[in-house]
Formats: sequence, C-alpha cells, structure tokens
Amino acid sequence: MNKNRPMPPMGKSGSVPPAGKGGAMPPKGPPPMNFKVLKRLISLLFKDYPGKICVIFACIIINAIIGVTPAVYIETITSYILVGLENGWDAVKSDVLSSVLIMLCLFAVGISLAYLQARLMAIVTQGFLDNMRKRMFNNMQTLPVKYFDTNNHGDIMSYYTNDTDTLRQLISQGIPSIFSAAITIVVLLAVMIYYSVSLMVVVFIGVFAMMNVTKKVGGNSAKFFMRQQKSMAKTEGFVEEMMNGQKVIQVFCHEDEVKKEFDEVNEQLFKDAESANRFANIFGPIMNNIGNILYVLTAFVGGLLITSDGKLLNVSLENIFTAGSIVAPLSIAVVASFVGMTKQFTGSVNQASQQINSIAMAMAGAGRIFEILDRIPETDNGYVSIVNCRMENGEIVECEERTGMWAWKHPHSADGTVTYTQIKGDIVLDDVDFAYEEGKPVLHNVSLYAKPGQKVAFVGATGAGKTTITNLINRFYDIADGKIRYDGININKIKKADLRKSLGVILQDTNLFTGTVMENIRYGKLDATDEECIKAAKLANAHDFITRLPEGYNTPLTSNGANLSQGQRQLLSIARAAVADPPVMIMDEATSSIDTRTELLVQRGMDALMEGRTVFVIAHRLSTVRNSDAIMVLDHGRIIERGNHEDLIAQKGTYYSLYTGAFELE
Amino acid sequence: MLKKLARSVREYKKPAILTPVFMIGEVTCECIIPMITAKLINSIEAGCEMNMIVKYGLLLFVMALVSLSFGALAGMTAATASAGFAKNLRHDLFYKVQTFSFSNIDRFSTSSLVTRLTTDVNNVQMAFMMIIRITVRAPLMLVFSSVMAVFVGKKLAFVFVAIIPFLATALGLVIYKAMPVFKGAFKKYDGLNNSIQENIKGIRVVKSFVREEHEIKKFGVVSEAVRNDFTKAEKILAFNGPAMQTSMYSGMLLISYFAAKLIVSSGGTYLNVGALSSMLTYSMQILMSLMMVSMIFVMLTMAMASAKRIVEVLDETSDITNKENAVCDVKDGSIEFSDVSFKYSANAEKYALSDINLKIASGQTVGIIGGTGSSKTSLIQLISRLYDVSQGSVKVGGVDVRDYDITALRNQVSVVLQKNVLFSGTINENLRWGDAEADEDEIKRICELSQASEFIERFPDKYETYIEQGGANVSGGQKQRLCIARALLKKPKILILDDSTSAVDTKTDALIRKAFREEIPDTTKIIIAQRIASVQDADMIVVLDNGCISDVGTHDELLTRSEIYKEVYYSQNKAGDSNE
Repeated sequence: MNKNRPMPPMGKSGSVPPAGKGGAMPPKGPPPMNFKVLKRLISLLFKDYPGKICVIFACIIINAIIGVTPAVYIETITSYILVGLENGWDAVKSDVLSSVLIMLCLFAVGISLAYLQARLMAIVTQGFLDNMRKRMFNNMQTLPVKYFDTNNHGDIMSYYTNDTDTLRQLISQGIPSIFSAAITIVVLLAVMIYYSVSLMVVVFIGVFAMMNVTKKVGGNSAKFFMRQQKSMAKTEGFVEEMMNGQKVIQVFCHEDEVKKEFDEVNEQLFKDAESANRFANIFGPIMNNIGNILYVLTAFVGGLLITSDGKLLNVSLENIFTAGSIVAPLSIAVVASFVGMTKQFTGSVNQASQQINSIAMAMAGAGRIFEILDRIPETDNGYVSIVNCRMENGEIVECEERTGMWAWKHPHSADGTVTYTQIKGDIVLDDVDFAYEEGKPVLHNVSLYAKPGQKVAFVGATGAGKTTITNLINRFYDIADGKIRYDGININKIKKADLRKSLGVILQDTNLFTGTVMENIRYGKLDATDEECIKAAKLANAHDFITRLPEGYNTPLTSNGANLSQGQRQLLSIARAAVADPPVMIMDEATSSIDTRTELLVQRGMDALMEGRTVFVIAHRLSTVRNSDAIMVLDHGRIIERGNHEDLIAQKGTYYSLYTGAFELE
Repeated sequence: MLKKLARSVREYKKPAILTPVFMIGEVTCECIIPMITAKLINSIEAGCEMNMIVKYGLLLFVMALVSLSFGALAGMTAATASAGFAKNLRHDLFYKVQTFSFSNIDRFSTSSLVTRLTTDVNNVQMAFMMIIRITVRAPLMLVFSSVMAVFVGKKLAFVFVAIIPFLATALGLVIYKAMPVFKGAFKKYDGLNNSIQENIKGIRVVKSFVREEHEIKKFGVVSEAVRNDFTKAEKILAFNGPAMQTSMYSGMLLISYFAAKLIVSSGGTYLNVGALSSMLTYSMQILMSLMMVSMIFVMLTMAMASAKRIVEVLDETSDITNKENAVCDVKDGSIEFSDVSFKYSANAEKYALSDINLKIASGQTVGIIGGTGSSKTSLIQLISRLYDVSQGSVKVGGVDVRDYDITALRNQVSVVLQKNVLFSGTINENLRWGDAEADEDEIKRICELSQASEFIERFPDKYETYIEQGGANVSGGQKQRLCIARALLKKPKILILDDSTSAVDTKTDALIRKAFREEIPDTTKIIIAQRIASVQDADMIVVLDNGCISDVGTHDELLTRSEIYKEVYYSQNKAGDSNE
C-alpha cells in the first residue's frame, strides 16, 4: 500500500537535498512559446524519418493545393452556367463535363495522397514516440543514482506519459494542421490576387481581426490551460499523498480535516479548468462567425464594385490576360467564387489557431523531455577492467573463457605496459570524507580495511553514515577526499561497470522486476543456466518456498513481487546476489525486515553466501554482527570504535551500551 | 451506471441543460446562414442590386452575431457544467474513500485510486462536455442541414441518399476494426509504464548488477510492442480522412454537375446559382456532423471504461459503520478477545486468526511476538476496529468495539501502524494530527517521550522543519519516532506499536519503553516487535503462531516452556553471552 519514495541514503536528515517541494508538483518549466525547443524537436523528427517526413509534407502541400481547386472549379462552373442560361445546356454540356472529369482526377489523386499521408503519419508518430521513449530511457539508465535520489519519481514518470503524449498531439495533429493551413492560405492568396486584389484587401482586414482574436483569446486559453495543468498536478499530488496515507488518516480520525483541504485544491482546479475550457470553447464560434461577417463584407464590396458601373474598377492579374490591363470591371462569377474562398480562407486560419494549445503544451512537454535527455550521464574515467584469467607458471594470464578466476587488467599509459592483479576482494578506505551536499559533511576521516574473505560489520544509530559508506564503495556517489582501494587499485581508476560487477549488493529495499521467479534470480547473471539459478536459490534457502508457489520457478511476479511476503522477496534478492557470485558483498540491513524465524533461514543462506568473500554488512541485530571479523561503530560520520565482538564488549564503550546498555538502563 | 454518475452533476444541472439549448440556437443560425448566403449570391448574380446586397448582408451579419452569441454562451455553460461535474465527481470519490474501512482500502490499490480520481475523472469530464455540446449539435445539424438541403436543392438532395450511407458504413467499419486494436494497445501501454516505474524505483539494483544494457534492451522490446500496436490501430484510422474526402468531393461533383444541368435547363427557375453554393455548404455540414457522430462514439467508448472504474468506487460501501446510539465514552484501557476468529474477506479460505481468547487489564504492557504471517498485525487491528471480527467479539473497556462510536474509539485506541506515513508539512503540523490544540510545550514533552526531540532540536528549523511527502527527508528511525509522538499526542487509553521501533537502535528503543513506563503508566501498551529485547520486560508476552495464540506469559515463563520463544530468543542472544 504505502509506496513511499525510497529514502535517499542520507546521513543526517538535515543534509537531504529537497526533492521538489510539495511532492508531486512537477517543475513546470516556463511555458509558452519556446521556439528553440520546437526547432530541435522538428530537426530530431527529420533525423529519424527524413524520407517519410518529406513525403508527408509533399502530400500535405499537394492536398492543400487540391483543396483550393474547388473554389476555382465553382467559379468555372458558375460562369458556364451563366453562359448556358443564355445559350442553352448543349452549348456548355461538354465544357461542364470536362471540368468535372478534370476535378475527378485531381480528387482521386488528393484522396490517395491523403490516405498515404495518414498511414505514413501513423508510422512516423508512433515510431518517433518510440524513439523518444528509448532515448529518454537510455539516457536515464546512465544517470547517477543522485538523480533518482533527488527527483520525485512521479515527475520522472510523467516525462514518459504526459509529456510524451503532448508530442503525439503535436506531431500527428498540430504540425500537419498548421502546415496544411499555411499552404492553403498561401495558395488562396495567390488565387485571390489573380482574381481581385481589391477584394483581397477586404479579406486581409478580416485576417487581421482573426489574428488579434487568436492572440487575445488563444493566448488566454493557453495561459489558462497551463494553469489548469498546474492545478491538476497539485490535485494529483495531494490525492496521491492522501491515498497513500489513507490508513493513517483513519487511525487518527482525520477525515474531516483532509476533506476540507481537498475541497480547496478541488475548487481551484475547477476554477482553472472552467476558465481554460471557456476560452477554448468560445474560440471556435468567434472565429467561425468572423468568417461569416467577412463573407458579408466581401459580398458587399464585390457588389459595390460591380454596381458602380465601371466607376470602381477591379485590380487583378486575370485582367491582364482577359482585358489586357490590370484594371477592369469585376465579373459576377469572380465575386461568387470569391465569397466561397473567403470562407475557406477563414476556415484555414481558424484551423491553424485551434492548434495553439496543443503547441504551447507540446513545447512545455518537449522542454522537459529535452531536460532529461540533456542531463549529463554518470561520468566514468575508469580504465581498469575485469578479465577472466588463469595462472600459468605463477603468472596471471588473461583468457577468454570463464575460469572462475578474475583479474584486474590495469593498462599504464605512461609506459604502455599492462599489469594484472588477481581479484581477491581486498578493500581499503583511507581517510575518506564525504558530503551529499556541499558544506554538510556526512563522513569524516573514515579509514578501514577488509582483508579478502573478512566480514566487516557497520554498527551505529540511524544516520550515523553506515549506508553512505556502502554507497561510496560501489561509487553510487564519489568521495570528496581520501582514497578507496580495491585490491590495491584506486577505485576511481576502475571502470564503474566492472567495479560494480565485482560487488554484490543486497539492499534494504528489495526491488524485484516483472517476470518469473527464475528470471528474477537470473538477473544476477544473465547467462546462468536453470540449474545454476536453482542452486543459488537453494543456497539462499529460497528453494523451499519457491517450489511451493503455484508455478514454482515459473511463477510470474508483478508489481515488485506483491504476491510474495517481505521475507520471501528478501530471500529472492539473496538468491539473485548468489547467482552473481561476486568476490565482495555489501549487505544493507538486509535482514531487518524479516521475522526472526525466517531470518534463521536467511542467516544460514547468507553464511553460505559469505563463505570465502569479503563482506560489508549493516545490521541492527547482534546475531548478524556477532560473527564479524571486525565491527565498526559509527557515530555522526566517524568511526568511534573498532574491533571484534569480544574486544568491543570488553571495551565497555558505545558498542557495549548499544547492545547491552539498553538493558542496563533498567 | 450512467444514472449513478449523473447524480454528481448537482448544482451544474442548469448549465448542463442550457448548453444544448444554446446549441440549438447556434445550429439553427448555422443552417439559416447558407440560405441567406444563397440569396446574397443571387442578388450578386442578378446584377448586383445594391439594396438587396445590403439587405441580405445586414441580415447575415445579424445572424452571425446571434450565432456567435449562442455559440459563445453554449461554450461557456459547457465549460462550467463539465468542470463542475468533474469537481463534484472528484469530491464524491474523495469523500467516499474517506468512509472506506481498511478492507475497502485493501481492495483498491493506492495507485488505482489515484488514477480514478485524476485520469478517469478527466476522461469523463471530456466525454461529458462532448455529450452536452456535440451530441446535441451533430444530429441536430444533420437533420437541419438535410431538411434545408431538400428545401433549397429539391431534387438535388437525392445526392445525399447515395453519399450518407457510404460514409456512415465506412466510418462504422473503421471504428469496428480499430477499437479492439486500441484496447489491446492501451493494455500494453500500461505494461510500458509499469516497466519504467520499476526501473526508476529499482535503479540501485540495476546499477549494482550493471544491468543498464539489459534493461534498455528489455524496455526496447516493450516500447516497440506499444509502437506496433498503436501504429496498427492508427493505420486503420487512416481510412477515416480519405473516406470523408471521398464523400465530400463526390458530393460536390455530383451536386455541381446536376445543379448546372438543372439551372440551365430550367432557365434558373427551378434552381439558381445561389442554391448551388448553399447546397455545397449543406453537404459539408451533413458530412461533418456524420464525422462528429463517429468521433463521439469513439470518445464515449473510451470514456466508458473510465466511468465504470469511477462507479466501482462510488458503489463500494464501507463495511464498518457506526451503530445507532453508539457508545461515546471509553471507560478504561482494558481489552478482551473472546473466541475471536478473523479472515480478511468473506470468501478467503483461511482464517488469519482463529480462536483467540485474551484478556488484558488496563495499564498493562503487552508484547506480541511471532513470525511473519503469524497475524500479529491482524490481531491488533481488531482492537480499534480497523477490521471487524468474523466471529467472536473484541471488547475495549468492557464494551464491544462494534458498539462504540468509531471516532470515539479510535481517539482512545492509538495505533502506530507498521507501514506508517508522514505528510508533507512541518513537524508541528504532522504531530498535531494527534491533537490539533496541542501547544508547543506539550509537543516538546511528547517528543522527549518518544526520543524524537533529540534529532528535531538538531534541525535548523527545529519543529518547523518541513517534512517532504512521505517523510522522504527523515531517516526510517526518525520517522518511526515522529509517528510514535504523533500517536502519543492523542493521549489514548490504549497505545499500540506495530513494529514501530524496528529502525530505531536498541538504545533509543529502550529509552522509549522506559519513558512509556514512567510517564504514561495508566495507558495500556501493546508492542509488536521482532526483537525480544523490545518485549522482554512486558507484563505479558503473547506468542502468536499461524494465527493462533501459542503461549502467553512473562519472559521468564516463556523461556522455560515456549519452544518458539526460546528459538527466537537464542537466535538473538546466544546463550552465555554478554547481556545477562
């Protein structure tokens, strides 16, 4: 139920960087028009589908032009009708028929292209979304752990859901609509100039009015939509928090207070949603009727021009061909088709301006997506790597096949030589300082060593820095000062991937993945056979309960193994580490959530797992630390006592009071 | 189901009804406008009689303004009605959830409740707006335009008889084919989100095992599956546009050809040029409204799923409710279980607890020990009636818990849950959940009791320190201590700690118990723990095994006779070791 964000592995709570105040409120970037983002998005789109995009745009252009031809066609037909009214049907029948046939061909082309365009669009849109998701995911995987510790997980999720969805809108509808409208407008303008410049001036006045309305109403609409998004995020965050804490609310009979708070956020969302939708809804009628009014104006001016009896002449290119002069009286057929074009023209402007919200939202969404794409991956300057090796005449020789023996391959740039060091699991921390946040040190002068095969236990109050030390060994975080050496090699020189491969980790929070039990165990070593996995499960004492599951090793696990108990999940994570078979193990309070009886099982499994490995273990329990070769007692980021259990008990210091002093208090 | 939803419209009924009314006005205007346009064109054709142009122009202008007003009004009322409906739905859902008992909550997962309150409500809101705007508009437009087309175009209107069935069939087929594909695709999309979430949460595991490449490959497969399904669905949808265009263009060619013929052969008496232009407009309007009808259909089918999920919550009835004349006064902190059996749902096969008989006197300290699945948590949840017993009875202060007013009972029985939550807000705000009126001294005193003051004082903002959602910026042990303080502030007669000190170190744990003993001796304290040390000094320790009480006694008694207790004890404290 309680799916809290995982705790950042911080020391003192004061040192935690804030993870987005107020929880689920995503950092909505500065909206509206960020054209740089749009440009980048379009160039990415071109990069992914250069050919298809060109074809799509060609289709749009041709279709937009074909879309204008009906206006010309109607003008032609009307003039035939006028001729026909004087000379009879037979005189114009063939002309009419041939016009119809020409249009039929044009339309056939248009319809086929429209279908082609829609199909290609489906491929491009979904393909591009797929590519963007993969791009984001690929980059996300390279980001340092710190990113995940300091960012709200819900916010990261919304990059993939909400923000990606705004892209879909933009690509499949926004861009094509606007492009098509733009082409239509240009073509119509050309046709209008051809027929009558005078009437076009009237249309221009109308367009100017529409632009103003778009700017005003559309701008407001976009603004309110942004506000609505924000309120929505706030409501969502509130609801999520309360649903998570629903049981606590009940226990404290706090329902009424929570209801009151909810009503406030809900009311705000209502207001913002209402305004946003109002503006969006009245936009259509306004634009539509400006079109109607423009229609009247055109007809009126056209009428004036015609009835002026040659006092007012029409300026047009057509006149050059027909009358030999740029000015000539206006024909009735021109006025008739012109009013039609006016409608189409305003329709196109309308169509383009309807897309304003989708563009504004897509730009904000794309901005956030680029933000995660641009995040700098975890740096890795390591050059020492792990290789399989075998001993020949007392020398380590690198080899391809798995020998069960590994070595660090250490190339020296100075003289071009390569040295091999056998991996034993010898770890040394030398005077290590560390801070999650500048100026708030969490570890001070920590020095310790673990010889191969030794077990080192960290003990101390919560926040003493135990987890932090383990975070440093596998380089989830980098140390500020001092050195950590692995088999004598500074871990900064080791490739991060190879370093982590050599360290097995069992974390406090078990995370299992969707898939079967077997697949989850195999996560430790992808090429492990079923036998190896079962062997590991037996070692971890997990085999028993797994065979009792409905489908044994093939039982599917969903939502982090919700169908298993905490202890069972823990056992699986131990099996997973066991199959990886690393020389060094780090266990972070690995057994604290298992009840003592299950822990006995786990303990035996762990003892088997620890056999012959260097182990760092963090646990509150005496039984876990008792067998350790060395115990480090930490307090506020410093090691204050060290030794084995007997030594420390004899010292009667903090360790003594931590574990026995509690009882002495009585 | 729709009736149930409609109940949430409430005070927004007026705008919800006004919208279609305004819509009728707008549609009427929109259908009359082409007719006036025809007259206007005819006036132009007739040699541009200026007075006619001015007359029809003005009329058209007025109609445009009227249409605009109706349209704008409908738009505004629709916005109010739909946003208001959504608000009420969220309100009803949220309030409903507040009445849920634990078992109701268990039935819905947290994330599914959040989705229902957000995404699902949004979908229904959009659909609702569609219904009140377009569902009236489109059919009305279809009918009006058809009538007008017959009126203006006479014989010409027969063209529509051919085109409308064609388009309707085409659109219907597209929907029929595409819907199932979409449904499948959405399911895969959920899987995609799940896999992302898993990765974000489990990033430490991914990185520890150096499985970035593996995860990227896995994600690629899922993402591509989503892409393929959606592409397939959208390719089917790709027939929509061309079908529309085919109808539109063929309508236009047919109308223009026959109109030309009719006008010319009748000498402009049966039909005229103006009629031709308005016929073209009507044909557009008819086809557009057909298109809209098909769109509504798709939208509604999609919203249906959301509506169903919302109603599921609204229909859920809480199984724990107050009795009439409920007892409001809890006399003391004594507890008695008699013959209690309990299972989580009526159709569960196994009882979580069976045949529990237990008597706890007021002021006693009781420890509960047992393995996972031994139902320790189930046992204590019955005391504050978070769940109801299946058989038998639980009495607090001598009265059956089912006879108490729930609030009164829970105010006296304070449970610190195992999976506990802090809320975003300051420490003070969080603690005052226990007692809204508590003053600073009181809060300080309680925090000293729960050993929380030590770290709170170290924060720069002390009690005003802001706690992130879920308590993300305090450690596990600190969180537990804050939760204990919050429960203590209620000054309950019974205090229950459900494994609430597991992340607290032993020393602090002991200090907390010491404070309990000295400061709140009259409160009954029940402590569930994994550590024997946490319960060792209790007046009575209950050993649970597999839902049954295996033994009850003091530490020394149990050590001599309970195998389970001994086993746990010796695993934690090797015999002969230091802590005698």
